[in-house]
Amino acid sequence: MADTLYLLVLFPFIGFLVNGLGGRWLSGKQSGLVASLAVAGSFLIGAQLFLGLLARPEDNRRLVQTLFTWLPVGELNIHVTYVFDPLAAIMVLVITGVGLLIHIYSIGYMRDDPGIRRYFAYLNLFTFMMLNLVLSDSLVLLFMGWEGVGLCSYLLIGFWFSDAAKARAGMKAFVVNRIGDAGFLIAMIMIFDRFGTLSMADISWLAPGAGIDTTFITTVTLLMFVGAVGKSAQVPLYVWLPDAMAGPTPVSALIHAATMVTAGVYLVARNSALFALAPITMGIIAAIGTITALLAAIIAITQTDIKKVLAYSTISQLGYMFIALGVGAFSAAIFHLMTHAFFKALLFLGAGSVIHGMGDEQDLRKMGRLRQLMPTTFMTMTIGALAIAGLPGLAGFFSKDEILWSAFNSSGGISWIWLVGLATAGLTAFYMARMLFLTFFGERRWAEGVKPHESPSVMTVPLIILAFLSIVGGYAGVPEALGGHNALHHFLAPLMATFQASGEASQAANHPLELLLMLLSTGVVLVAAYYAYRFFVQQPGLPETAAGKFPQLYRLSNRRFYVDEIYALLIIRPFRALADLLWKWIDVRIIDNLVNLAGRTTERLGGALRLMQSGLIQHYASLLLLGVVFILLAVAMG
Amino acid sequence: MLLDHLLSLTIFVPLAGTGLLLFIDGGRKALLRGIALGTSLITLGLSYLLFLGFRPNAEFQFVEEAPWIPGYGISYLVGLDGISLLLIILTTFLVPLAILSSYKAITEKVKGFMAALLVMETGILGVFAALDLFLFYIFWEAMLIPMVFLIGIWGGERRLYASIKFLLFTMLGSLLMLVAIIALYNQGYAELGRFTTSYLDLRQISLSPATQTWMFLAFGLSFAIKIPMFPLHTWLPDAHVEAPTAGSVLLAGVLLKLGGFGFLRYCLPLFPLAVERFAPLMVALAAIAIIYGALLAFAQTDMKKLVAYSSVSHMGYVVLGIFALTLQSVTGGLLQMINHGLTTGALFLLVGMLYERTHTREIAHYGGVAQLLPKFSAIFLITVLASIGLPGLNGFVSEFLIILGSYPTQPVGAIVAALGVILSAVYLLWLVQRVFYGMPSKQLKAIAEKEGKMPSDLSRREWAVLLPIVAMMIWIGVYPRPLVSRIEPSVQALVSEYRAATEVAAEDFAETLGNNGEN
Amino acid sequence: MVAPLQHIIAVAGLLFSIGVLGVLFRRNAIIVFMSIEIMLNAVNLAFVAFSRYHGNIDGQVFVFFSMTLAAAEVAVGLAIMVALFRNLKTTDISKISSLKY
Repeated sequence: MADTLYLLVLFPFIGFLVNGLGGRWLSGKQSGLVASLAVAGSFLIGAQLFLGLLARPEDNRRLVQTLFTWLPVGELNIHVTYVFDPLAAIMVLVITGVGLLIHIYSIGYMRDDPGIRRYFAYLNLFTFMMLNLVLSDSLVLLFMGWEGVGLCSYLLIGFWFSDAAKARAGMKAFVVNRIGDAGFLIAMIMIFDRFGTLSMADISWLAPGAGIDTTFITTVTLLMFVGAVGKSAQVPLYVWLPDAMAGPTPVSALIHAATMVTAGVYLVARNSALFALAPITMGIIAAIGTITALLAAIIAITQTDIKKVLAYSTISQLGYMFIALGVGAFSAAIFHLMTHAFFKALLFLGAGSVIHGMGDEQDLRKMGRLRQLMPTTFMTMTIGALAIAGLPGLAGFFSKDEILWSAFNSSGGISWIWLVGLATAGLTAFYMARMLFLTFFGERRWAEGVKPHESPSVMTVPLIILAFLSIVGGYAGVPEALGGHNALHHFLAPLMATFQASGEASQAANHPLELLLMLLSTGVVLVAAYYAYRFFVQQPGLPETAAGKFPQLYRLSNRRFYVDEIYALLIIRPFRALADLLWKWIDVRIIDNLVNLAGRTTERLGGALRLMQSGLIQHYASLLLLGVVFILLAVAMG
Repeated sequence: MLLDHLLSLTIFVPLAGTGLLLFIDGGRKALLRGIALGTSLITLGLSYLLFLGFRPNAEFQFVEEAPWIPGYGISYLVGLDGISLLLIILTTFLVPLAILSSYKAITEKVKGFMAALLVMETGILGVFAALDLFLFYIFWEAMLIPMVFLIGIWGGERRLYASIKFLLFTMLGSLLMLVAIIALYNQGYAELGRFTTSYLDLRQISLSPATQTWMFLAFGLSFAIKIPMFPLHTWLPDAHVEAPTAGSVLLAGVLLKLGGFGFLRYCLPLFPLAVERFAPLMVALAAIAIIYGALLAFAQTDMKKLVAYSSVSHMGYVVLGIFALTLQSVTGGLLQMINHGLTTGALFLLVGMLYERTHTREIAHYGGVAQLLPKFSAIFLITVLASIGLPGLNGFVSEFLIILGSYPTQPVGAIVAALGVILSAVYLLWLVQRVFYGMPSKQLKAIAEKEGKMPSDLSRREWAVLLPIVAMMIWIGVYPRPLVSRIEPSVQALVSEYRAATEVAAEDFAETLGNNGEN
Repeated sequence: MVAPLQHIIAVAGLLFSIGVLGVLFRRNAIIVFMSIEIMLNAVNLAFVAFSRYHGNIDGQVFVFFSMTLAAAEVAVGLAIMVALFRNLKTTDISKISSLKY
């Protein structure tokens, strides 16, 4: 059964080749169909493999296929090996499932773009790389996928490269990611140095029994986490993600919400055996996740660009996932990853539909009262917003509360991680409600001449499917407190290590408390949503009043805490100055001048000596004679 | 019969081609170009036969020996191992492309140009294949002269300065190397009782640590200049900027590799103790070069200079790999030489093609090229990605091997190298950003107006130049095994020999200490 | 009566010195040329004298060689001088200094 594993990655690759090399013989629509079919093929194979996996006994859910040996040098042996296990299965289904919907949506969204073939080629390449990332057993091949998706992200953010600013956003994403990648790379070589293998299955198997010292495991996991921080846009490397919104909106949905940015979460979960041994790292992960979740949520409140709101929301939600990882609730993180993929893709695609219908308008201040004009978009986006806010019964509720419950449990009570998590839940509800209200309710604020309209069905059907998933997605992991049996958790359990301070161990025990906390968080969400309603629908003047009352606070949030400016001042400018200094001083002034000095000395010496060259034969002859006499004398004297 | 002399044939076919060129009237440019291209293609074919016939083990193969100056023990002795095999292929692969790329760029003195390229090819192949130190030195010097001419005659505005600088730097090194070769020759006589310049014989002799140090320095300086290592690198940007495209391609693609090759072929086996002693220094210089080259590349305003400084950075990886002295790192270093030859060669070709269209190399004059030349831009981007070490393309394989292999022996160097990966992305993508993205710049529009048309995308000839390289970049990135399997045995032998030599020395040292203690 | 070797060597030395002085101090190229011939003949004389003194014929054989050489030299030298005169209208070697730095 494992024999068909390679088809998973092969289909999108063929799609990439067809669109990339043969694009000129295809119409835009055909190109989109090819790309969608390729992903659909992968999805079907993935679904079939997933069902096969479910049919197997719990301790034998692992399909392996080795294609060829990539790089054998001495004891280093890197095979191209694909592994399909529960974690990979979930990732594959999310990538190809959500990916397929986004591909289809793109056929409508990109219909009039002259670069549509290039677009679909990139999208297929991305799917190929992403599948490599989640299917590879070797860290190196994971890294290949990891960098590959980064490349596609670069290409797609800068898709409209005639706009230099957009292309620059792509470059920023790539470079910031590279910082993380360097950490990942170093972690990889340290692991090889210690374990002699780069196969993650082997590492997970070796690590617990190896008697590793704390310094080593902390360093390695931290470095690996640096990679995750870059890819998953956590503090302090999150700055690329808001800029990444320069790309086409479906790209934001696929890459910068549903799949690529969650690769960091996947990496940590996949190597949970290592991370579980490093409590210091786990603490840092939880801290970073917490800070990111809160900071991004605060920024999201004041953004006026609909995509920027969603971008910061994504960062915040990724922070949530890292909180889960940091407290050892690995499967909860994956659960949230999955539900987040549904509702955030939905929200982005909905936003895309709005932007499309408004004639490429992204500013929330120029929208309003769109709900009758775009009923499907409105309905589906509302479902998405409710899901992310965590309304009971929708997908986000289950995954978010599992995280909060784990955070609460890990410290055995109220901790600042939990508190911040709760506050962030409230903030999330607030900014999501704000976005919805500003877009669909209140006054119409769009300019004359703009004719908002509902998108074609090729775009709305994916929205409806995603809305459906955002509702039911959470039932994969209904907690026992609510009478479910947390199927996803048990499905993933064999792969996830147990962290000593994990909240999951004692989870079964206290159902009433868990229920109470759920009620509490639901209450917070509802209150926040109510305030958003008051602010943005009942009394539209209120936000300005509030902003006027706390001008510094507002500006800080609106200008995103000036992080980009600080980076420019502290890193980019000194870097440029240093480069210039080294060139103009060390290279040109010192080294080159020394070289030229050697040349010039020779020249001067020659200049002095050439005066002997009078050109008169008789002078030369006299010197000759003197020489002869001198030699004769020398000989005669003995 | 001919197959017995396959290696010699490969080396001297280009020279024969030069001979043929001399009989042709200088005005018949198409014929001259055709003959040069044909000759280099035949050489490529021959070297491919070498590749096929090579058995992956550590021994020297295709060995040919003929007495040359028997009185002094000098003979014509050539042979291949895994280390030189790939470098020879790289050379024969790049020369046809260099010739093809200069069809339009070189219209004056075509005969001399082609002759210089072919003579240089023979010289380079000879250096890689020579197993006699005297023969090696002859080839080493012989390939220098055509290069100086290439820069000095067909170069840019400051070509004389650049060519003389290049000559001075390299002569300085090779002179000291000659002294060391003679010293080695005398040592060989003292130990073996006969005069010989055969590398295989001289490998057998054992030198005192002090002698090794001096000889290492003399040989090493020459190689370090060629690579070039910080702070001996300043000839490189000037030479590159002034050289014609074909010259730059061969300079970056092959000539720089002679330094790394020299370290592997001569320094490591002949002076292991000195290598052990200087390894930390060399690694430190390599680490500096990686960062320093990258920073300087970032500061450049001239495209060719940027690529030249990126060479300094990339060759830093080679030195790191060689002097980290593990199987993986040395294999990686060797592979990095191949990869750098391909990617940087391609970058110079691409910059040259752009220059032919716009006649400027100032980055600031560009913008929006991706809109005008989409195919060209795609190829350029692939090459850049290979150069910054994107997995799936060739650069990653070697950089990964180097970093991974260096960590056990040189952790700091390995970490610096890993950080260098960030910088290469910065300066190359920044280049791409400024040249290709945005709207077409004012300067480009002005140029287009003057020419009466917008610059056109890749021609068939240019495709023929670029596609082979891109194919190689992808092939090595996806399936490096055929190359690695040919390199590995030789490197394995080299590294274990080095280990054995240094361990013996360490034991001797311990013994001496022990004896002293007893006394 | 045979003159003693010393006398002949003295004459040869004298002739050679005259030639040297002529080469060094005369400006007319033709005279310089003649002086060179004098030096050559002084050497020839010394050759013959030593040959006779040692009873060895080799020295005299050498003289024949050097005389042939001298003849060739004169032919080439005079040709150069004619060419020079045609170009520069002078045979004054202090004016011919195009090899000067």
